[in-house]
Amino acid sequence: MKALTFKQGIHPSYNKELTKDKPLKNAKRPEEVLIPIKQHIGAPLDLLVKKGDQVDLGQKIADSESFVCAPIHASVSGKVKEIRKVTDPGGNTVDAVVIEASAEEDEKLVSNLEKHQNLDNLSPDDIRKIVREAGIVGLGGAMFPSHVKLAVPEDKNVEYVILNGAECEPYLTVDHRVMVERPNAIVFGLKALMKAVNAEKGLIGIEDNKMEAVESMQDAVADETNIEVKLVETKYPQGGEKMLIEALLEREVPVGGLPLDIEVVVNNTSTAAAVADAIREGKPLIERSISITGRGIESPCNLIFRIGTKLADLVEQAGGLKENAAKVIAGGPMMGAAQKNLDVPAVKGTSGLLVMLADEVEDFDPDPCINCAKCVDHCPMYLMPTTLIKYAKNNMVEKLEEYQILNCIECGSCSYVCPSKIPLVHYLRLGKSQAMAKRREEK
Amino acid sequence: MNSAELVVTSSPHVRSEDSVPKIMWSVVIALLPAFFASVYFFSARAISIVLAGIAGAVISEYIFQKVRGKKITITDGSAVVTGLLLALTLPPTIPLWATFLGGVVAIVIGKQVFGGIGHNPFNPALIGRAFMVAAYPVLMTDWAVDGVSTATPLALMKSDGIATDTWRLFVGQIGGSLGETSALALLLGFSFLLYKGYVNWRIPLSMISTVFLMTFIFGQNPVFHIFAGGLMIGALYMATDMVSSPTTKLGRYIFGIGAGVIVVVIRLWGGYSEGVLFAILLMNAAVPLINRYTRPRSLGEVK
Repeated sequence: MKALTFKQGIHPSYNKELTKDKPLKNAKRPEEVLIPIKQHIGAPLDLLVKKGDQVDLGQKIADSESFVCAPIHASVSGKVKEIRKVTDPGGNTVDAVVIEASAEEDEKLVSNLEKHQNLDNLSPDDIRKIVREAGIVGLGGAMFPSHVKLAVPEDKNVEYVILNGAECEPYLTVDHRVMVERPNAIVFGLKALMKAVNAEKGLIGIEDNKMEAVESMQDAVADETNIEVKLVETKYPQGGEKMLIEALLEREVPVGGLPLDIEVVVNNTSTAAAVADAIREGKPLIERSISITGRGIESPCNLIFRIGTKLADLVEQAGGLKENAAKVIAGGPMMGAAQKNLDVPAVKGTSGLLVMLADEVEDFDPDPCINCAKCVDHCPMYLMPTTLIKYAKNNMVEKLEEYQILNCIECGSCSYVCPSKIPLVHYLRLGKSQAMAKRREEK
Repeated sequence: MNSAELVVTSSPHVRSEDSVPKIMWSVVIALLPAFFASVYFFSARAISIVLAGIAGAVISEYIFQKVRGKKITITDGSAVVTGLLLALTLPPTIPLWATFLGGVVAIVIGKQVFGGIGHNPFNPALIGRAFMVAAYPVLMTDWAVDGVSTATPLALMKSDGIATDTWRLFVGQIGGSLGETSALALLLGFSFLLYKGYVNWRIPLSMISTVFLMTFIFGQNPVFHIFAGGLMIGALYMATDMVSSPTTKLGRYIFGIGAGVIVVVIRLWGGYSEGVLFAILLMNAAVPLINRYTRPRSLGEVK
């Protein structure tokens, strides 16, 4: 099978060997969880519990009437200790429900979701409802409410549902492990997603550095006539939604548009497994998998944790930080967010915890741009980062728009290749916010 | 490990190993074969010329930055590249003082007055050479091989219509500037830069192809024209100067084709026997315009 790919992009060190052969195991049940009541892109939620309430595992604790949102469920049984502001891994200050766990023996899953062993009796609408009620969001990290992606407008048609198993972020191995260990759940989830959007064909794109996952998924789809596993080249950011579609179908998502515009819906492989769990077991999204990895952690591993578990608890279960650990990143090294402290809860989008040693954390002192254009040559969106940041620094919004700043996916390829170590993505974010501010003003 | 000491910076958290000094010193390494070839063909005098060029460039950069109270950047290798490149374009009989002065002009007028590395619109080495061509026209056209004065193949062709043997052109056993005579040595170094990813191939490919095609169309020997004179060193090492060349892929083709056309026009119909110097300088001036009109279509954009 020939590996497909997109144009440009980069080849960072992948460092997957630290955790790729470590089977997923359940993390210790935390004594306390901090569950932020906004773990999605979209409208804020209303609280359904108050201080002092007893909650059961799987009980809905926040929801909203809005369409673009995903409800939140209790990830342990216990007592609501307080509602307080916390910092989430993205650095946002959000309200969180703090639950003190009760004794583990008393814990049972309560859920308003019915269990269905097959899809025959479910309509597309039923599937969307289950996905929504289960609070499922994109587990690749974007945390976009999954049911919204499945709501296809009447004038649109979906030809392909693509499952994203590229996992192009260096270090991370959660999607890899889920594909190796739970291929049948992924295929069941994919079929549900296909049914929900009435798509004929399903594709599963996996980078060619995960051959174990490729074989596992190929076995699982052996009897499926309309689902295919596709090999994609190991190249960053192959797992970017637009890059994956470009690689598999040679279609381009229009600027400012959605994959739906070209008859495609993309979901992460782990998201598909979560959809299967919601349908077959009636289980809402109360836990997810994470790679705890890097040279700065004692025993790198892959864990399944309860949503809202503190990073400190997870670090402890991976043997703790090494003495010269210097940086803790929620997510991978290319797009993850560095953490100020470990009292932060891991959330639905937290797919990795990367700990870097002091000697891996460089103190970048940027040199002047030498126009080498490596950023232009590697940008997967074919932008001109070196030109854009000059406009961003001077707040030249019209130029920023003309040069398509809003098409930037912040993948970090430009900053990675820059020999002058200029923090290009940082300035591109600045430019994007300038362009967005102008759009809001015009509205 | 106290979490109060955690480093917080924005993503990405890993960077490639490349750096400006690495790129510049790699260019120096890439020019070594041409340097050795010049020592072989023009004796030890080539060494003192190269050293004079580098000294002029590095010392003037140091003094300029010291006087202005700026960070001293002579260790990044860029001034060494400028001095070395300039020296390699000079005749073997050039006096050392003139070479030194050329290095000074290259750095001060070609680079530092614009704000130092990254800000120069023109290739500094070519500015130095342009100054020398204008100031010392006699010194700049005194060619000699093995102590015997001789004309360059291009001059021979232009004035007397005499062609030089292609193999001798390729290896460099001809009259000419120190480093430009051996296409073989220049290509060797260039392939090293290509392997490292520190040079783009679009400019030299389009520039050399243009010269080849145009001279062929106008009834000249195209092989002679691509190996003669400064085309190789200019196309491979000067037109590709990152700072003063386009940032888009399409722009690089346009830049190379434009430079190639100017080279042929000067060689065939101009007053000089060689046109690489002015071809590249003129195209350098067009770079902002080229960049402006060759912005790539962003993914999913309908232009």
